[in-house]
Amino acid sequence: MEFFAQQFINGLTLGSIYGLIALGYTMVFGIIGMVNFAHGDVFMLSSFIALIFFLILTSWLGLTSVALVFLIVLVLAMILTALWGWAIERVAYRPLRGSFRLAPLISAIGVSIFLSNFVQVVQGARNKPVPPLVRDVIVLYQNEQYTVTLSYKQAIIMTTTALLLAGFWYLVQRTSFGRAQRACEQDRRMAALLGINVDRTISLTFVLGAALAAVAGTLYLLYYGVVSFSDGFVPGVKAFTAAVLGGIGSLPGAVLGGLIIGLIETFWSAYFSIEYKDVAAFLILIVVLIFKPSGILGRPEVEKV
Amino acid sequence: MTLATGTTRLATVQDEPPAAMPGGPVDPILVVDHLTMRFGGLTAVGDLSFKVGRGDITALIGPNGAGKTTVFNCITGFYKPTEGMIRLRQEGGETYLLERLPGHDVNRLARVARTFQNIRLFPQMTVLENLLVAMHKPLMRASGFSLAGILGLPVYRRAQEAAIAKAAAWIERIGLTHRADEPAGDLPYGDQRRLEIARAMCTDPVLLCLDEPAAGLNPRESADLNTLLRMIRDEYGTSVLLIEHDMSVVMQISDRIVVLDYGIKIADGTPDEIRNDTRVIAAYLGVDDEEVAAVEAEVGLAGTSAGTTA
Repeated sequence: MEFFAQQFINGLTLGSIYGLIALGYTMVFGIIGMVNFAHGDVFMLSSFIALIFFLILTSWLGLTSVALVFLIVLVLAMILTALWGWAIERVAYRPLRGSFRLAPLISAIGVSIFLSNFVQVVQGARNKPVPPLVRDVIVLYQNEQYTVTLSYKQAIIMTTTALLLAGFWYLVQRTSFGRAQRACEQDRRMAALLGINVDRTISLTFVLGAALAAVAGTLYLLYYGVVSFSDGFVPGVKAFTAAVLGGIGSLPGAVLGGLIIGLIETFWSAYFSIEYKDVAAFLILIVVLIFKPSGILGRPEVEKV
Repeated sequence: MTLATGTTRLATVQDEPPAAMPGGPVDPILVVDHLTMRFGGLTAVGDLSFKVGRGDITALIGPNGAGKTTVFNCITGFYKPTEGMIRLRQEGGETYLLERLPGHDVNRLARVARTFQNIRLFPQMTVLENLLVAMHKPLMRASGFSLAGILGLPVYRRAQEAAIAKAAAWIERIGLTHRADEPAGDLPYGDQRRLEIARAMCTDPVLLCLDEPAAGLNPRESADLNTLLRMIRDEYGTSVLLIEHDMSVVMQISDRIVVLDYGIKIADGTPDEIRNDTRVIAAYLGVDDEEVAAVEAEVGLAGTSAGTTA
């Protein structure tokens, strides 16, 4: 039971990170109906940006306040990654808008390959470690054989995800920008005729998605303490699976899907075999696509006549 | 000629006094000037010129395939005309060349709103949200691009309240107060039609373009529509340009009628003039001008036409 509880906490943490990445997928898919396959690599890139700033702040400038370092790194990573997100949309996707459906998808795969190779060339192929930043743990339960703990890192990750989900849900449901986003999602031309700048709304969506990826990337670095150029692909695809599982286009669905994938993966590794954890995660993608293509919280696709 | 007071911006030209055109509106809000739209070898609209009077309801009629919707698409920036100019002059003297504006600026700057033949509400958004979307521009400005909105600052709160009040007033006017929070897609057809017009009006247009607003309406709903359009003209001073096949709507509410056939203007005048125009009747009956009298006699219309064959 104690083992189960600990695995549950670990799973929720992993799931929170997947959920944050999945939010970016689901927002972009929601507004332009495109799977942004480069999103996982944007996440990886943001991890590297966080790593660089972390090392600058701690090794060169000698900052010691953990909270301060973390906040500065997070904000800088979000700003720079958002700029990347804007530039990628501007260069690789916007010129293809109005082209055939597969064009931006292929372009996204191209951006994904570009980003991972770019990071490999400029940062090297080896894993990049950072010294552990936060070590403290909260002991939740203890007996002779086993201790159930919730580390500060895990608490930070889960809280951040919950707060960002609430914030973005509010943004999409209750603000004028969110209404414009949903309007662009349902009928782009009509939205333009109502005075909404569609290009700017889409750009901002990419910027927000990239900023979310940066939060996930920073938390990932904080949690695992190591990142490599190839770390974008697998978490990216798993987050995509999470978005599909939760119902693509739905923000709470993305986080819910992330949590489910995180839990399944963790329990699978704990009770069965760690080698097959990815198989378990992707098996879900297949099962969901066959039996409930609209996902848990997604709206079923209504045939337009 | 003195320079106008209107500001000049991208795609605006200096104001010039409206050219006198015999029989046309004196102070047109919209001047369509030698508009031609070709799709490959097909000329959908050929050298079309007409004016829409300020504060008038102008109807654009003609048989199916006459090019009416193409004209609308040129006015609202969906198509770039092959030739010609579409000039919109606002009351302050600011003039916009609509064929040069990008899609969203046709509404934001030139303040032209339109509806389509088919309903294009946002079906998954509520009735209220559909109207609020139309007030995106003022709300976005007030919200400091959503920052103030997320933080819930009073400046955004006030703008939001004003927008909701305006939307609520329109919802009441079209009689949907009890369904304001339902998805727009769940409304009956006639209500959706009126909601679309209300949404277009929420963008504060100076020119409202309606593509077949009465299509699919029953006679009572058509009468409601007439009342709504007259109210828009008389209370808001919004000029209306509409495409319509329902002659009971066209003849009752139009101040002017422009008739197209095969992309060419065949008549332009008051409802009474149009009613008696042989070429218009010929176009609608699908026969040559000379045969009109014979065909009219056949279908029992004899005597209604003035018979002024060119």
